Amino acid sequence: MEQPVTRRRTPAGLVGAEPGPGHHIEFDGRSVRALPGQSIAAALWADGVLAWRTTRTGGRPRGAFCGIGSCFDCLATVDGRANQRLCLLPAEPGTVVTTQEGHGRADLAV
Amino acid sequence: MVGAGVVGAACAYYAARAGLAVAVVDRGSVAGGTTGAGEGNLLVSDKEPGPELDLALLSARLWHELAEQLGPAVEYEPKGGVVVASTEAGQQALRAFAAGQAAAGVTAEEVPAERLHELEPHLAPGLAGGYHYPQDAQVQPALAAAHLLRAARRMGAELITGEEVTALERGPDGAVRGVRTVRRRLAAPAVVNATGAWGAELAALAGVHLPVLPRRGFVLVTEPLPRVVRHKVYSADYVADVASGSAGLQTSSVIEGTPGGPVLIGASRERIGFDRTLSQEAIGRLAAEAARLFPVLAEVAVLRTYRGFRPYLPDHLPAIGEDPRVPGLYQACGHEGAGIGLAPATGLLIAEQLTGKRPELDLAPFRPDRFPAQ
Repeated sequence: MEQPVTRRRTPAGLVGAEPGPGHHIEFDGRSVRALPGQSIAAALWADGVLAWRTTRTGGRPRGAFCGIGSCFDCLATVDGRANQRLCLLPAEPGTVVTTQEGHGRADLAV
Repeated sequence: MVGAGVVGAACAYYAARAGLAVAVVDRGSVAGGTTGAGEGNLLVSDKEPGPELDLALLSARLWHELAEQLGPAVEYEPKGGVVVASTEAGQQALRAFAAGQAAAGVTAEEVPAERLHELEPHLAPGLAGGYHYPQDAQVQPALAAAHLLRAARRMGAELITGEEVTALERGPDGAVRGVRTVRRRLAAPAVVNATGAWGAELAALAGVHLPVLPRRGFVLVTEPLPRVVRHKVYSADYVADVASGSAGLQTSSVIEGTPGGPVLIGASRERIGFDRTLSQEAIGRLAAEAARLFPVLAEVAVLRTYRGFRPYLPDHLPAIGEDPRVPGLYQACGHEGAGIGLAPATGLLIAEQLTGKRPELDLAPFRPDRFPAQ
């Protein structure tokens, strides 16, 4: 039977991936499904979440831009550590991601 | 003016302000060489009494005026510097150094160990003390050069980028008549060599020896942070490293916050030509020293590093003024790591000389012909 168009056009479908059983990460207090080997950014995108940081001066939304670790746009707080690049970090079971406001380091200000 | 870095820009600004017709020509872009790789240090604190300190004090006043004229875009911050000593012997050396500077017009206040954290709450514990230099300041160097050039253009200066100067034209009497570039001839009775680390090449086009050498430095850029470092903070070792003539790798960190958010960690020094290879040793040492001074930085990510080439002259003084060997050729290069700070004074002195005025400072220590030919 032919797969529906939308299903066929997922990255996993395009490369014929057969990932193992999925698991869950936490994003701003709710559960998000992730696959083995997926980056956190990919898991959030697959869930329809496109922004997980606000900019320092204008408070504007930011998410993945380059997707390869160069642009530092996709920063968020992961397991309590600010400024983590979600496009590089694997979505391990139980990872806790929170939306980051600005530099995420307000506690260091003097 | 050959060179669209901060020194060429300052020369153009003051020459245009003095009413001269000015063209600035650069083979690259504005601030594309050493200026764009700098931290924007406007320091008096690291200079011993003498001609360079006089130049720095004049420049500190001029930067203050320029900041008002150029506006907030140049990110001028009169934040002051803090020099720290890790040992009592180091603090005594700072005390002697500051006493000499005070006589030359530098304001320096001793900070006992127990008061260091009032100035810089994140400093490591256990330091012996330090000195606060309220006259130290900072600009964003590429923006400063660009806005100086913009102001010069408003006064009629012409800016030509992406065009290399290939020859210096001289008359039968040996005097300068202009330059040739890859595309045109620019007639001028005066040519200013503001090519920084590449100053020896332009001097050679005029047939004169000016031994400017590149002294490489790396700067680390951290992730954006709130204000965690208030001043320009560096260890007492920095002064000795700047003054050293060694070609080997030296690191002594200068740490500062920026209006953009990232903390900048400079400043390695080594003389290995125009080698752009990343030195893991240099950046590792800089990071370790920064984390020793500010333990909070150990948990902060470095996003990137950049390198540049300081224009080094063997006696650590720039060459400023008309070259007695080639009438009409003015040297304005060799400022090593202090070019951003020293640019306005250099530009003003060159403009004064170009217009036949008596320069505000004695130019004898900066004579371009002071190095014996090889």
